[in-house]
Amino acid sequence: MINLKNRAFNILTLTLVSTVIFVILLILQYFKVISEYTGLLLTLAGIYVIVSLSLNLITGFTGQLSLGHAGFMCVGAYTTAIAIIKYGMPIPIALILGGIMTALFGLAIGIPTLRLRGDYLAITTLGFGEIIRVIIVNLDSLTGGAAGLKGIPTFSNTGDFIIDAIIRFSWVYIIMILVIAVIHNLINSSQGRAIISIREDDIASTSMGVNVAYYKVYAFTLSAFIAGVGGGLYAIFFGYLNPAMFGWLNSVNFVVIVVLGGMGSITGTIIAAVVFTYLQEWLRVFADFRLVIFGLALIILMIFWPKGLMGNKELSITGFIRQLRSGEFSPRQIKTKWNEFRQKKGRKKDGRAD
Amino acid sequence: MEFIQQMINGISLGSIYALLALGYTMVYGIVKLLNFAHGDILMLGAYAGFFILTFMGVTPASMLVAFIFSMTICAILGIVIERTCYKPLRTSPRIAALITAIGVSTLIENGARVIPFMGPNPKQFPTFTSINYDVFGINISMVQIVVLGVSIILMVLLNYIVNGTKMGKSMRATSYDMDAAFLMGINVNKVISFTFAIGAALGAAGGILYATAYPQVQPYMGLMPGLKAFVAAVLGGIGSIPGAMLGGFILGVAETLTKGFISSKLADGVAFGILILILVVKPAGLFGKNTNEKV
Amino acid sequence: MAVLEVKNISIEFGGLKAVSNFNLKLESGELVGLIGPNGAGKTTIFNMLTGVYKPTTGDIFLSNRENLTKRVNGFKPYQITQNGAARTFQNIRLFKDLSVLDNVLISLNFNVKYNSLQAILRTTAFYKEEEKLVEKAMAILKIFNIDTKANELAKNLPYGEQRKLEIARALATGPNLLLLDEPAAGMNPQETEDLMKLIRFIRDEFKLTILLIEHDMKLVMGICERIIVLDYGQMIAEGPPEEISKNPKVIKVYLGEEVEFDA
Repeated sequence: MINLKNRAFNILTLTLVSTVIFVILLILQYFKVISEYTGLLLTLAGIYVIVSLSLNLITGFTGQLSLGHAGFMCVGAYTTAIAIIKYGMPIPIALILGGIMTALFGLAIGIPTLRLRGDYLAITTLGFGEIIRVIIVNLDSLTGGAAGLKGIPTFSNTGDFIIDAIIRFSWVYIIMILVIAVIHNLINSSQGRAIISIREDDIASTSMGVNVAYYKVYAFTLSAFIAGVGGGLYAIFFGYLNPAMFGWLNSVNFVVIVVLGGMGSITGTIIAAVVFTYLQEWLRVFADFRLVIFGLALIILMIFWPKGLMGNKELSITGFIRQLRSGEFSPRQIKTKWNEFRQKKGRKKDGRAD
Repeated sequence: MEFIQQMINGISLGSIYALLALGYTMVYGIVKLLNFAHGDILMLGAYAGFFILTFMGVTPASMLVAFIFSMTICAILGIVIERTCYKPLRTSPRIAALITAIGVSTLIENGARVIPFMGPNPKQFPTFTSINYDVFGINISMVQIVVLGVSIILMVLLNYIVNGTKMGKSMRATSYDMDAAFLMGINVNKVISFTFAIGAALGAAGGILYATAYPQVQPYMGLMPGLKAFVAAVLGGIGSIPGAMLGGFILGVAETLTKGFISSKLADGVAFGILILILVVKPAGLFGKNTNEKV
Repeated sequence: MAVLEVKNISIEFGGLKAVSNFNLKLESGELVGLIGPNGAGKTTIFNMLTGVYKPTTGDIFLSNRENLTKRVNGFKPYQITQNGAARTFQNIRLFKDLSVLDNVLISLNFNVKYNSLQAILRTTAFYKEEEKLVEKAMAILKIFNIDTKANELAKNLPYGEQRKLEIARALATGPNLLLLDEPAAGMNPQETEDLMKLIRFIRDEFKLTILLIEHDMKLVMGICERIIVLDYGQMIAEGPPEEISKNPKVIKVYLGEEVEFDA
């Protein structure tokens, strides 16, 4: 529930929960309970969460399929990398710059493609992603062309690689939490409802006074900004860049994540992004079969399980705690619920008998 | 002179795009689905031709066999894909069908990479030794003549099927209004399957022609031509058959002109530049009609 | 004081004139019915009034609640709504997968008093406004007696209540003019009866001007003060219900349809 009474409770609980998870993950890494490799994967998963959430904003919530998110990431990654290498900018400024640059690209692509729906938008964003790659290859004095850009300094260089790993993880984790908060708060507001109404029925939406064009461009630009920041983190994380890292198949990967998690679910996307990152690594042993499995999974998912993991629902920590406090899960309640459930089941059986 | 030379190269390339664009436009016209896997049909068609030509050697007769074999195989594949992957989603939101199409495309491309006799590595496509004809200082190769000739024959054939046969009439009716067509006793499922089959057969023929012009086959070869053919279909006005043909030629010419006079690195970007331009200026395409959603 | 003034609008679709030289003047507080056989152009007129279609020729003037009159042809649908004309749809177009409450809240969007930055930062202004919005939405839902179902998904409402929610949602935009496209379609006689009372009630309560399309003659004859009859895109008759039901032109148009004017 959105009301003033709950504000302190919500903020406190969520800060507490995300801090506890953060600290636990840090301790696990510091004391090598989880391997350095797992730590790296966790960090990568965080970047995937950021980019997937940005895609979910435009595809899941606004209902506009984008196949150009790898292109957005690409702009952010190169901008951030160049800002750091060539101009010696500090990481936060370089990341924001990457985001802004990508947002400008998002704006430039968003305005002309406003009138387009579904497939047309998808193919245009795809084409746009490819154009970005063509531009990057052609701007070789700045971007290193097809050969790529090497020597991007990492987040820290303390000499102790555990400390470095922890710092790297912290950067990604904190930005990820910020992104989650921004998208969650936006979606659960009047502006967010306007955005969702476009997905539901754009004609009804405009007839109810929602400026559909404005909100589409708004969502597109914000989505691009976040994907750009994710791209910047990606650049620093890997330390090198080349245009082939941002092919349209990478865009498809993010679509898979969003579909798997449930279009229009933040928690679903987070879970799916983490699962996906791990699956991708585990499936490496299958080499080329990996992408065969992806393709097959996408088809089966859409036919038999189109709502994905979460549909458009969310897992809510605050909601859960509130239910706990309201006695929803007291032994007595559970017992009555169980009885109700059994009765229902019984009734169903009876129904089938006659 | 150089300009005319590039124009001829472009028309030859464009005829392949046109063949492929026809598949997009027909399928889109009827089921409103952007069949992402259409470019991969081109690849499969090229491989089918590759096997026949490797096996039989390159003669005019074996070329004919290759075309018939490859077009038949792909037509069947087109029907299978439609029946298994797209049909269950016909009433779902379009975004679901589109994502499935992406899945099909990923599956075919990477399936081709793991199938032993196809494999991830590019293979040399067997082709005839091309003779170059010199016409008033312009170089026209045998390959270009074959590509253009076969394309035109197929397009004339398609035109006959769509405008001159009962099936074609059903196709047009279904494309106009699927529900009404169904109520008038047209077997809509059969029409959709037939459309996929025809589209795939044209794509397969395009695949052999493409592989003849750029003598190589590899699993990802259909990706770029597929996307460009879609752009051609949008350019001509999606759903319009003459539009797809014209769009294909325009795109082919634009691409070779860019390659010849600006930079070969930019050639792939041109198609998408055209796409964005056409969508801004005339979203319905050259021959398309503006359609409003019924409120 | 005219709320809506339509001067000589016409529209063509590919050479075919769907509506030609249509004129209409609605005075404040009027309840007017637009009738005619299928395909007469009724919904097309609605679509022009709400900006979905742009008339080929002619002018539309619309006044909002502050009596500010604007020439609105060429306006986008959302601009027309923001200038005081809201509509419902013939084939229900609710936000099906959203809650009943959210459906109404979306209509309050364009007047919202916080910006998206305040929403993201969850400022006090955000919470206060949000509470006000919910209160307002619930009040509207209460009028239609669906406030108890505020948290249900719109698609799970029974048909009659979905129609009501459509009106509630339109009402939430704070219109001066309400355009109802077949509000009683698919309702049983009892539901139609209730709807008639409801339409009269909201007209008086919110000081609305209402233009409605309806095939249910009982409803049209029962509540409309003035009726406009359309055939082949042209107005063929206009007047109070009693007059219309006796008009030979109208009877001719409806001949064979066996319509009873017994309201």
